[in-house]
Amino acid sequence: MQNQHQSPSAVLTPEAIAARVAPQDSPARATDDVARYALGLGDDALVLAQRLGSWIAAAPELEEDVALGNIALDTLGHARGLLTYAGSAWDQTEDDLAYFRDEADFRCRQIFERPNGDFACTIARQLVVSAYFTVLYRRLADSADPTLAAIAAKAVKEVEYHLDHATLWTVRLALGTEESRRRMIAGLEAIWPFVDELFAADPAADAVPAAAVAPAGLREPFDALLLPVLDQAELPVPGIAAVRGGGRLGVHSEALGPLLAEMQVLARRHPGAVW
Amino acid sequence: MPAEEPPTTASQEAARLAAFDSLIAADQRIEPTDWMPPAYRKALVRQMSQHAHSEIIGMQPEGNWITRAPSLKRKAILMAKVQDEAGHGLYLYSAAETLGTTRDEMLDALHSGKAKYSSIFNYLAPSWADMGSIGWLVDGAAIANQVPLCRASYGPYGRAMVRICKEESFHQRQGFEILLALMNGTDEQQAMAQESVNRWYAPALMMFGPPDAESPNSRQSMAWKIKRFSNDELRQRFVDMIVPQAEILGITLPDPDLRWNEERGHHDFGELDWAEFHAVLHGNGQANALRLAKRRAAHAEGEWVREAARAYAERTATSERMAS
Repeated sequence: MQNQHQSPSAVLTPEAIAARVAPQDSPARATDDVARYALGLGDDALVLAQRLGSWIAAAPELEEDVALGNIALDTLGHARGLLTYAGSAWDQTEDDLAYFRDEADFRCRQIFERPNGDFACTIARQLVVSAYFTVLYRRLADSADPTLAAIAAKAVKEVEYHLDHATLWTVRLALGTEESRRRMIAGLEAIWPFVDELFAADPAADAVPAAAVAPAGLREPFDALLLPVLDQAELPVPGIAAVRGGGRLGVHSEALGPLLAEMQVLARRHPGAVW
Repeated sequence: MPAEEPPTTASQEAARLAAFDSLIAADQRIEPTDWMPPAYRKALVRQMSQHAHSEIIGMQPEGNWITRAPSLKRKAILMAKVQDEAGHGLYLYSAAETLGTTRDEMLDALHSGKAKYSSIFNYLAPSWADMGSIGWLVDGAAIANQVPLCRASYGPYGRAMVRICKEESFHQRQGFEILLALMNGTDEQQAMAQESVNRWYAPALMMFGPPDAESPNSRQSMAWKIKRFSNDELRQRFVDMIVPQAEILGITLPDPDLRWNEERGHHDFGELDWAEFHAVLHGNGQANALRLAKRRAAHAEGEWVREAARAYAERTATSERMAS
């Protein structure tokens, strides 16, 4: 990789990306097509980070306040990098995109919108999305787009750790007590209808095949990561049909509206303000 | 609790106490395995657990703004800050556990209302600017209180405080930056900042505790070198620190009696409303019930998770024993 000699953390903070894309004629700016793809990935991470942020100060033990806070923070970092890069195609900042778009303009897949539910529900969602992010970012690290590749190369190390965290809790809850097992099964069943959408066609990805990762190709490596965990936890693969997704086309569940209303309320009351 | 100590003769008792006193006098650290007077142990558990409780209750007013932070950068900083506070709670509970009290016992005391936490968190944080005031004034006061604790005579406490203080100074700076951005912003943002500082100024000054003459626990704590400066000394130091910072911010500190006293080389400041302090301390603040209820609910709702973790740990330990 050409960037190997640069310190990744120095290059990849959202502020560093913002600085690189700032000049009007900067070659580091995203093209319109790549930006559309990055926007979907950025929205996935942003909406998940917003959900995880609600756990802080409410987790089952102090160690989990720290862990879930850490995971939320990593995920928010991915969102910020991706949205900053996406915005560079349209002269928009990460905050313009996060706070001043309406629900139908968000491109997140519906699994990221799922409410936290109880701890088992959150862990089930974390297990699925961390496995997905792991296989996605591993491939995206080889993207022909150097900025996406660099964001993914940093993110992959973090989501691998998130997957470890979710795996340990999935096994603990599934094999802990009768109650925790019942809740873990219920959490997995609640999230399962939203799994298939992760691998559904994404027109934005199709438009930039060299820069993007084709979602359909991720199913096999995803299964290879996830199914052994379910096996270890003695959890049956839920036999529940998928719901119709459509997040990448702006079709969302009822859960997204309230999430955005809360996230955007203060920023929208003061348009143009600097914080 | 530590194992029952064997009976000692009066002369042995006197020798142990003399050894302890000479360690304190020589500014040496007391370590967990050293003998210490029961009252010293008790005072430390009280102070350290109260400090830990303050960290975790203190996560709430800011945690409440994570989902509404007005920019993604502020959201990230706030998340990191609240997470640091959970980490501080963890170090402090661990440090207190070296004195023979378990985290469960300390948490039970918090949840039952028996143990105290810093009264400052019984004030509400309804405005975004409160994230600035809490960082600048509340964390600022906490630092003034805590920096001397890095030299506390009890080793694990002093060492925990070194790390905590480093992070706290970050927290104070981010609070100052929030207010600075607001004061450089629109008229509404400036008003938001001033309104918030108006509410937090006096409660922050009261964080140092009652005036020295009325502080029951201070004298012994200072003799044992757990505490190094009196409440009033620390309060003065804090006021002297924030006055020039308020000038940089362009914020007015809401105290008509606040002025530089050339003779003393310090700022004079107005009488604080100690009746209010005691009312909040005794449960009549705006948020006492709210904070405790949220903490209890998080703990109660997490019980099945902790139970599952225990059951799983026991099961794996058993199967490992069977295998070996």
